[in-house]
Amino acid sequence: MKVRVLLVDDEKEFVEALAERLSMRDYDVTVSLNGEDAINKLTKYNFDVVILDVRMPGMDGTDVLREMKNIKPLTEVIMLTGHATVESAIDGMRRGAYDYLMKPCKTEDLVDKINKAHKKKAEHEQRIRDAKVKEIIDSPRAALRES
Amino acid sequence: MSFKHNAAGRSGLQFFGKITASISHEIRNVFAVLNENAGLMEDLILLGEKGMPVDQARLKALAQSMGQQIRRGDGIVENMNRFAHEVDHPVKEIELNETLGLLIALSGRLAKMRGVTIDPVGEEEIMIATNAFFLENLLWSIMEFAMEAVGKDKTLTIVSHASERGVQIRFQGLENLPQIPSDGFPSALEQALLASLEADFSINSSSEDIILTLPKKIEAA
Repeated sequence: MKVRVLLVDDEKEFVEALAERLSMRDYDVTVSLNGEDAINKLTKYNFDVVILDVRMPGMDGTDVLREMKNIKPLTEVIMLTGHATVESAIDGMRRGAYDYLMKPCKTEDLVDKINKAHKKKAEHEQRIRDAKVKEIIDSPRAALRES
Repeated sequence: MSFKHNAAGRSGLQFFGKITASISHEIRNVFAVLNENAGLMEDLILLGEKGMPVDQARLKALAQSMGQQIRRGDGIVENMNRFAHEVDHPVKEIELNETLGLLIALSGRLAKMRGVTIDPVGEEEIMIATNAFFLENLLWSIMEFAMEAVGKDKTLTIVSHASERGVQIRFQGLENLPQIPSDGFPSALEQALLASLEADFSINSSSEDIILTLPKKIEAA
């Protein structure tokens, strides 16, 4: 199954070129040009990794991250930043982002971080499934609670 | 150096820092687009070398996009250069609408981050002799304050015209001005700039605008 990536950045040409390059590398890529659209898409669909620009007009990266962690806490986030906003990216990591990269970035570095973030999410989801199975085994009535 | 100049100088340094940081961010965005477009060309060519048909039109479009980004970057650097040269002379003759246009270009990204469109209106050529850097600093400070007060359409209109005294610049579209506390503005830094430029300033909650009046000429300090 392809890794589902959401790219969030207000720079249209940048995000379209990056989306095409990631699609060539077999990722399932969706694009948002602003924070509000990103939150709408996150609410409706599931993504494994979000690549999120720190500074955007309107709802910026920090706001999107905060909202995201409320609605889809398991989705991993990689912050994209310019030099002056490294502090914001590090602050994002304290608030739950997986990592950050500075723009412009090497594609190999971004792909490496996407894969590691996806792996972390997949392992976390597996632990949750294992815990649910254990709960059902220990208390069969727990299966009824699930429905 | 007088208190007036110390405060104006301090304000100038803050203004200079803010504008150059914004310019560097814009240039980085240009590099980011160029980086991805160059990478995409490389990817397409690599696929071609492996036997997949090469989409010539796609490569051409990418090359054109890169050319547009280079022109965009060149424009940003040219504006940065003009801004840097504003401090060459303590007093010089400027065309006001040109100076306002440069300031709007330099601060475009900062206004965009706040979701505000700046609409300059000034048809006539207005020549004044003033300190261009201090003027841009003051105009930016007023714009920052005014952007908090714009109405639902988020458009700040700046109208400039010649007056008896020199020139009047009116910041309009400030529907939320009555709700914004204005006792802290202008601060000591803006007041120092107003004094340096021999300018008058008023905030009008009833007419929902801000008026800045500048003389035709100031003396070099």
